[in-house]
Amino acid sequence: MKTYEPILLKNMMQPGYAGSLPEYERAGGYQALRKMLGKVTPAEVTGVVMKSGLRGRGGAGFPTGVKWGFLPKDYQGPRYLCCNADESEPGTFKDRQLIERDPHQLLEGMLLACYAIGAASSYIYIRGEFVLGAKILEAAIKEARAAGYVGKNILGTGVSIDIWVHRGAGAYICGEETALLESLEGKRGLPRVKPPFPATHGLYNKPTVVNNVETLANLPHIMNRGAEWFASIGSPPKSTGTRVFCVSGHVARPGNYEVPMGITFRELIYELAGGMRSDKKLKAFIPGGASAPFLTPDHLDVKLDFESVALAGSMLGSGGVTVMEEGTDMVWAALRLMEFFYHESCGKCSPCREGSSWLVQIMRRIVNKRGQMADLETLTDLCKNIAGRTVCAFGDAEVSPILSTLKHWRHEYVTLIHAAEAANLIRPEPAGAKH
Amino acid sequence: MLKEKHQAEIDDILSRYPVKRSALLPLLYMAQREEGYVTEAAMQEIAGILKLTPPQVYETATFYTMLNLKPVGKFHLQVCKSLMCALVGSDTVIGWIGTKLGIKPGETTPDKLFTLSIVECLAACGTGPMMQVNDDYYERLTEDKLDRILADLRQTGTSSLKTGPFMWPEPAHAVKGA
Repeated sequence: MKTYEPILLKNMMQPGYAGSLPEYERAGGYQALRKMLGKVTPAEVTGVVMKSGLRGRGGAGFPTGVKWGFLPKDYQGPRYLCCNADESEPGTFKDRQLIERDPHQLLEGMLLACYAIGAASSYIYIRGEFVLGAKILEAAIKEARAAGYVGKNILGTGVSIDIWVHRGAGAYICGEETALLESLEGKRGLPRVKPPFPATHGLYNKPTVVNNVETLANLPHIMNRGAEWFASIGSPPKSTGTRVFCVSGHVARPGNYEVPMGITFRELIYELAGGMRSDKKLKAFIPGGASAPFLTPDHLDVKLDFESVALAGSMLGSGGVTVMEEGTDMVWAALRLMEFFYHESCGKCSPCREGSSWLVQIMRRIVNKRGQMADLETLTDLCKNIAGRTVCAFGDAEVSPILSTLKHWRHEYVTLIHAAEAANLIRPEPAGAKH
Repeated sequence: MLKEKHQAEIDDILSRYPVKRSALLPLLYMAQREEGYVTEAAMQEIAGILKLTPPQVYETATFYTMLNLKPVGKFHLQVCKSLMCALVGSDTVIGWIGTKLGIKPGETTPDKLFTLSIVECLAACGTGPMMQVNDDYYERLTEDKLDRILADLRQTGTSSLKTGPFMWPEPAHAVKGA
């Protein structure tokens, strides 16, 4: 098996490494901050990030340096950095590990980002369920503050940056950056209409950058080892660096694996994750979290980079790879994800709010062998009327399980419907049926 | 009253934000910590502290699933049923809990010890099936492990089987695998 140099997971793989400040410093931690803060201009830091080709690790893959560059140059008031630690995309569990095992790596990344964008205050918006993660971060911030890395006049440079932990309270949508900002402002987590974008009108209507945990954790390494080094890893020029891929489902060794972008799904699933858990063959996999359309064994040689997965008809998204074995009922699998989206729809846009409920009702009907052929057309029609017609990308995400399973495993829907017809089980839904 | 008991903590929370309303979720958590759920009286008081109207507090509180607006048992068992956990047996775990405790999802045992909730993805997909009990995660659940967790909770109020700082696969594997 080929081995790859871990970058983000390197420290935590050392025996006994627990992520305390002295340990992080011994491993070369906070050297990037010492090297950059007050010695290199913020614009130069942004320049290095742009040159590295680093793209957002939360799902959308937007170039990080470009995102920073959108902030108004001449704005005199406060600016904010928000770290998106609301890891909620089903199939994704990398940020949790990065936070709980090496919190200072994230903090150093945040300090560098704050310096680059000129933010004096930053918030880590962490999903409410990560109680342990929030405690670990609070403790790490305390350590960093005592050592002069966080707070007023950091390392005597005159730069002041504060970091606060803010816990969410159980809402998937708050991972959407403008919903995150609303939630951080103490409101319901409803995505905002864009434009204006957070770069000009973000937290408290001030210029704001929202970056994912993994994105920020890359920054100290980019500053230490240079943009050229980072840009040479992975699939340059468009997918540079490593990704921490989260493998779940029917594999022998599920878990987080950090590899350069551009290796194939076959290598990730069969080499790193140990292949299938039993002698059942792989039937389907989701390449990048619940929002990414399902792929088939025909796609195993697709490369794990942004462009290749998009070309295959899906998306690299959050890096959550879920594997399903032969025998998995694909209509049932799509229904499970649809139930998730129905539960998590924030209710702001009617196509998503109403549509998700209708999609769940029809899918349940089909799975329970009460469907009819016309349902398939209704499903497709509904999906088309949701995707692209909502304020945020949730609408596009929620239709992907159904559309992609209909595309690759339509016969499974048809079999269930034929079973219903054969048993003459088609009957109207009971009045007042609750879903 | 929150203010009388926790004035210092409230001041500390308020100091983190330039706009008071941002302290709403932290204060709602504080109220939940006190009583096990968010009472109407607490929401009224928080509205007063943050200079909001009670409906502004209520509309926010009702959006978030982690804020309980009704009492729950001493141990709130929240089992993930999203696809990734379902693939590796979460429905079976829900069945076990139902049988062992005699409660259905959404119900609380008569002794008010356990409430069972079925929840969506908790970001532990590689270590499913899993559940969260109050603040702690319990992963890679088996029937035997579940029995031990329930017994521990009854006896000591917590269990050593909870997950610590998360890393999976464990480092020994990881070194070999990556």
